Order: sequence, then structure tokens, then C-alpha cells
Amino acid sequence: MSNVTGLTCRECGQEYPIAPLHVCEMCFGPLEVIYDYESIRKQISRRLIESRAPSLWRYRELLPVNGEPQVGLHSGFTPLVKADRLAAHLGVKELYVKDDSVNHPTFSYKDRVVSVAISKAIEFGFDTVSCASTGNLANSVSAHAARAGLRCLIFIPADLEQGKIIGSTIYGPRAVGIRGNYDDVNRLCSEIADKYGWAFVNINLRPYYTEGAKTYGFEIAEQLGWRLPQHVIVPTAGGTILPKVAKAFEEMKKVGLIDDPHTPKIYTAQAAGCAPVIHALHKGSDLIVPVKPNTIAKSIAIGNPADGYYVLRAVRDSGGWGEAVTDQEIVEAIQLLAQTEGIFTEPAGGTTVAVAKKLIEQGRIPRNESIVISITGNGYKTIEAVMGHVNQPFTINARLQDFDALYQSLAAPAASPVPAAELH
Amino acid sequence: MGARVRIPTPLRRFTGGAEEVSADGVTIAAVVDNLEQRHPGLKERLCDEAGKVRRFVNIFVNGDDIRFLNNLETTIKDGDEVSIVPAIAGG
Repeated sequence: MSNVTGLTCRECGQEYPIAPLHVCEMCFGPLEVIYDYESIRKQISRRLIESRAPSLWRYRELLPVNGEPQVGLHSGFTPLVKADRLAAHLGVKELYVKDDSVNHPTFSYKDRVVSVAISKAIEFGFDTVSCASTGNLANSVSAHAARAGLRCLIFIPADLEQGKIIGSTIYGPRAVGIRGNYDDVNRLCSEIADKYGWAFVNINLRPYYTEGAKTYGFEIAEQLGWRLPQHVIVPTAGGTILPKVAKAFEEMKKVGLIDDPHTPKIYTAQAAGCAPVIHALHKGSDLIVPVKPNTIAKSIAIGNPADGYYVLRAVRDSGGWGEAVTDQEIVEAIQLLAQTEGIFTEPAGGTTVAVAKKLIEQGRIPRNESIVISITGNGYKTIEAVMGHVNQPFTINARLQDFDALYQSLAAPAASPVPAAELH
Repeated sequence: MGARVRIPTPLRRFTGGAEEVSADGVTIAAVVDNLEQRHPGLKERLCDEAGKVRRFVNIFVNGDDIRFLNNLETTIKDGDEVSIVPAIAGG
């Protein structure tokens, strides 16, 4: 009943059976799931998908699981918000925010990839799940493992935001903070995965894990009424989601869910303090030179992005581009999104909004075409990033005259800190 | 003496299952050549036809990525730990 026929190396094409494998033995290239698209085309339809519960599993024919999904029954199908006030501010006509800051259960896009990875871990018979994480992934693995009754160990940089740390430990995993950055955590976990044989969602389950990211793209197209946007801006850390959004759009055409032949232009967003993919893109190079990250956007602070090369390829193939923005621009963009659309995102989302703004101002993204901004994480987890930049409340005694005095001392507050020029 | 080289699972069939082997050489390039002599087939897995480290292979010396050091010309001392690590997805 599975539509998956095996794994193949993305570099050299060597094939492997369905197993917890992630690296080609011949060339170290990443392994990718092979589907029988002919068969999927016969099974799948818009009507079938629309008849299912609003979760990422409505696209199950295009996900690498057998039988019933085991976890993440409420993950995915997050809002695609028509962002008219932000559009007015940026001077564009048709703008949407795909809002994974409210993904279930841990408020980031990682609930998608983890739903698939842990379902697969259970199929393979693992009793322990693990991950290397900048925070969001650890939150998601911890929560899904708790719900599935699996043993869980997570590995994170020791200096993460408290929201990201407590957002994992509350679920009761064994949490290990590593002195160093994510790239150090990654290197250690690669060796731990080799030695201990647990289901590391982003190591030995990587081919299945990354497929979950496609659902972000499937949903954008379905929520636009089964059409593709013209421009999509996606943040890049390790490089999982961007190429998978491109793949999602292609697959939907391949299996007959989308008639629209055009290819959306895809843009990558990075923080200036960790922009190895943008450096290569702007230089016209295929070679990603790793960097030592230095940015408040910790969730995307990956200096050695495993799939950076595929991000470059997907961006170039689509005719898109990319930019990097400073921490200052990131913080301003977090506030802009919050104050125009009522969405509080983490610095990764601020990065994406700031890069969208920059690309629109550069004329790279035309003002009269449809644009989707990808918001992949939640600001309530990263309060530290904006703490010094937003107002604290006035403190008064519980007496009316105290409030009267305060109110008179303030200029009448504007209806909105960001005026909404003309809404369409 | 020489460097201690940590071997990842996909390459252990070249080292008879050993997780760690030793190799001589004053640079990473020399260590890789020496590994090839001791465990034929290994070099082709690590380097492409032009002799450059493959795109998805990471090599670390005492925990530092050689791309932050001197790439294949990075100097190796007796007892240094060289790790060969496949690329890993983000998180």
C-alpha cells in the first residue's frame, strides 16, 4: 500500500532499500525517497484531500509512511493569512503569510517534519528518538515523543533562549546542552547516532523527515485555491524546507493536483550574521563556504548547511534570488509583522519579512504579483530577541486618578503604530 | 603514532569495522593518502576525481572544520584527532 519504492542518492543515483539510512555509501550524498508517481496520480485528487481532516496527513499519498500515521494528527494545515495591512506597508498588491508560528503542538514548522519522522521511527520499531537542534526541532521531537510514549534525548547548543530550552524540557526528554554552536552539536550527534543507534530524526531518518517539509508547500497551493503563488520567500538554515517547497509544487503538477504550469520564484532569506548560502548565491558559486554564526536569529544560525547546495539549485532553477539582513532589520521586521498582522514570530520569521521588504524595495519582487512570506516559528519562544526593543508597561497604583494623570501625560495613542495606508 | 582518524559507519567496511584507525601524514591530504594505502577504497569515498573533498563530506581536526583551517593542507601533529562526518540536516 506504500507509494514509496526505495531510497536513491541525490548525487550519484545509487539506490537503497527503505531503511534508517541517510548517506550514500558511495559518495556521502543525501538519500531521497523514491515515489511511484504513476500510482499516486491514480489515487489522489483534490476532492479526496479536501475530504480529510485539516492536518498535514491529508497529503499522505505523497509522504513516506505505510498505513496509518502514528503522530502529528493535528500538525500542519496552519493558516494562510491574507496580509493586507503588511501589503499596504510594503507597497504590494497581493501578500500572504503562511503562518507556522501556530503549528500544533510546538509552534514551528518542525512539527511537520517530526510528524513524519516519528511515524517512520515507530514503523521501523525504534523505542528511542533523538535530534540535534537549534531549539524548535528539540521542542517538537520532545512533544511528539511524549505523546507516542517513546524515550527521547535531545541535543542543543547550551546558550539557547529559555523559551526554547523549557519548551523541550517540559515534555520530559533527557536534554543535553553542548558548549558550542549548532554545527558543533551536529558533529557530536553524527558520532552519537553512529554509536547508539537511536532514531535521530535529522540524521538517520533524514530522508523521511525532510519529506514532511513538503506539506508546507502543498498547503500554500491548496489554500490559494489550488493555484501557485508567483513568489515565495523562505528562510534558510540547514536548507531543508526551501528545496522541499519547490519539490511540493512540482509534485502537485506531476500528480495532477495543479494545472497551473508556471513555476513560483523562490527566494532564500538569511541573517547577515550567518549567510553562507547568500554569499554563494551572490557570488554565483556552487560552493558553500561555512561560517561561524553570529546573529540573534539562533534558530537559523547554521554555519554549515547540509542542504545549502540544494537551496542554491532550487532558487536558481526557479528564477528567484535571496538576501541577508542585519539583526537590527530582523528586530524591526518582527515588530512590523506583529503590528500590522497580529502575528508574533521569532527572529527567523523576522529575517524572512525583512528580506521580503528588501527584495521588494530592490525591485527583485514586483509589487503587483502574488507573494507568500514563510513564517516558520513563534516569537513567544524568543522573548530575549526583542526584549530591549519594545515598550514595557507603565506601572501605576490601582487608583483612577493615577490613571487619569498618566493618560493625560501621554499623547493620545495612535489607532495603530503602523498606519495602514490604503487597504484594498 | 600519527593521527587518530574517526571513521563513520558508511565507511567502516573499508576499515574492517573499526571506528578509529591511525594514519600518518603532516597534512590532511597526506593523511587521506595514507588512509588509502592502509584501507584501499577510502579516498575515492572522501574525494572527487579532482582530489577535492566531496561536497557532503566534512573533515574536522580536533573538532575544527578544515574549511576554517587550511583545507586539505591543514597541518597534522602526532595524536591529532581527525573526524570524518557526513553532512546533517538542520534542526
